[in-house]
Amino acid sequence: MSILVNKDTKLVVQGITGREGQFHTLRNKAYGTNVVAGVTPGKAGQDVEGIPVFNTVRDAVEATGANTSMIFVPPRFATDAIFESLDAGIDLTIAITEGIPAHDMMRVYTHLKRGNQTLIGPNCPGIISPGEATVGIMPTDVFTPGRVGIISRSGTLTYQISKEIGDLGIGQSSVVGIGGDAIVGSSFIDILQRFEDDPGTDLVVMVGEIGGDDEERAGVFISENMKTPVVGYIAGFQAPPGKQMGHAGAIITGSSGTAQGKKDALEAMGVEVGTNPTEVAEMVKKRIG
Amino acid sequence: MDLFEYQGKQLFARAGLAVPSGEVADTPEQAKAAAEAIGGTVVVKAQVQVGGRGKAGGIKLAKTPDEAYAEAKNILGMDIKGHTVKRVWVEAASDIKKEYYASVTFDRSAKMPLVMLSAMGGMDIEGVAKEHPDALARLHVDPLIGFQQHDARWLIYHAGIDEPAQKGVLDALMKSYEAFIDLEATLIEINPLIWTEDDRVVALDAKVSIDNNALFRHPDLAELQESVTDDPQERMAQERGVTYVKLDGDVGIMGNGAGIVMSSLDVVALAGGKPANFLDAGGGSNAEAVTTALEVLLSDPKVKSLMINIFGGITRCDQVAEGLLAALDKLGATLPIVVRLDGTAAPEGRAILAERAPDNVVIEPTMLAAATRAVELAKEAS
Repeated sequence: MSILVNKDTKLVVQGITGREGQFHTLRNKAYGTNVVAGVTPGKAGQDVEGIPVFNTVRDAVEATGANTSMIFVPPRFATDAIFESLDAGIDLTIAITEGIPAHDMMRVYTHLKRGNQTLIGPNCPGIISPGEATVGIMPTDVFTPGRVGIISRSGTLTYQISKEIGDLGIGQSSVVGIGGDAIVGSSFIDILQRFEDDPGTDLVVMVGEIGGDDEERAGVFISENMKTPVVGYIAGFQAPPGKQMGHAGAIITGSSGTAQGKKDALEAMGVEVGTNPTEVAEMVKKRIG
Repeated sequence: MDLFEYQGKQLFARAGLAVPSGEVADTPEQAKAAAEAIGGTVVVKAQVQVGGRGKAGGIKLAKTPDEAYAEAKNILGMDIKGHTVKRVWVEAASDIKKEYYASVTFDRSAKMPLVMLSAMGGMDIEGVAKEHPDALARLHVDPLIGFQQHDARWLIYHAGIDEPAQKGVLDALMKSYEAFIDLEATLIEINPLIWTEDDRVVALDAKVSIDNNALFRHPDLAELQESVTDDPQERMAQERGVTYVKLDGDVGIMGNGAGIVMSSLDVVALAGGKPANFLDAGGGSNAEAVTTALEVLLSDPKVKSLMINIFGGITRCDQVAEGLLAALDKLGATLPIVVRLDGTAAPEGRAILAERAPDNVVIEPTMLAAATRAVELAKEAS
């Protein structure tokens, strides 16, 4: 079992003819994802190794029944691409693009929350449900089918932790990169709820980092709403205040958003938090191994 | 990107917000000339991005141009909480009847703009929020609708702004929100926003932060970036497009991905060391990217050892190893370098290094082992 991305996924790729878009689309397809269409304005009628290209997402949906979109469009056009996907009625939009301005995302988020569609990212590595499908840029070799769900604000850390868990013989149900920006379409809580509802997930690993209060809120949600156990990890204990640590969202503002504050808040809610990826893997093993 | 007060005030003036007339000065002579041009009593203000300037002696009144010269001489070069003052802002002194507080911030939690107003200005606003929560009026703005005059009125009545100042405060709030949108700011803070003896409302301080991701739409603001970065390594990294943050330790760190680099810093600290920096070489860590990253790292004289932590995904570890060899060949670095490769093609990458890397390159199998080794080597070297 899995969440969000699976055998029923019908993927349309916005920005399919770009270098990165094409490279990752073909990798996703090779893994088994059902890629039904691509969109690049002005290139309707072309194809990318057999995947038909359309001018607009609406055209792609009408012709192929696409229900999921992956966005590979550069930052200055990505906001428009997200709105286009939402307006075409796509259920799940996954925005890989890094560098979308925060003001654009405030508008996107406000619009999004008035409906029932789902946005993952931006600035995220995508989603993989091992053995079923992958949408995004994750290195698929790192993952094996299993019963641990992973949610993360960081790509490489997700791979690291997944591999360490894998080395202990434990696989994943789904792995969701929610993105490293200050505003992302889906929070930890949104994805925790999906894993809680998934009979194929026995434990969730939540990989957080400095900035914002999403981890703190997730702690309260876990203690009040979840039966599925959660193991946490937080990166950025050494980060100084006021400095952006790579991700646009990884910044301590004043005294809020520190790694210690997040760790304390999660532990106060009964969530175990590892001090490094290896320890997190050991905690998972101890719980369900 | 956080701007200096003087830059914020110049942007305020452009947005039609009332600010005292003023000029920047890099020397006491310029400060004196500025005081002469402005006329009357002036305030000489240290331009550093840290709170508590006044208490540290970084803000002084000067009644004459000669006094402005003397105060600027005293303030320039001063160290305020680790920040050296390189520039002062000289502005006309104001007759303050009352100090208010106004801000427009990007509220991450609500994912909307938040406008705040208080009649208790001039002090630490986090303290006001804690001790007198009723004195701070707060209103979220729907970004699809924008900030309306009735929103401003609501804030003014709830903050208890004095009647004669209400019109001026309303105007300041409307223009602050406009500036927030136009500049794609994440913060516009005016503390204090003053009500003067002659019933004007004037921004006496300016704290402005701009969203780095939006700079491509604001070339004029992007130009300010160089002036706000004073660390030589950070400036070098910025010029070369490397994501780098300077810290004060001696173990240099490089990795591929923001999360794994943050985690590397933490693991170095757990091993008893102090990280010298954050450096994300990005996904495609090829020879060129590794060379650029190493150049930035090695330019910091405090760095005694390096930890290179790579998790190969789409990036292959054998290519990273080749990149590292090419970079070392070009740069000839002799300090100890601990490398940890994991993920795609890691065995091949390790084999390449074992065979061809110079003696100062050490390979460790895990993040923890690499951090421990890098910390030991840094201690030995110092």
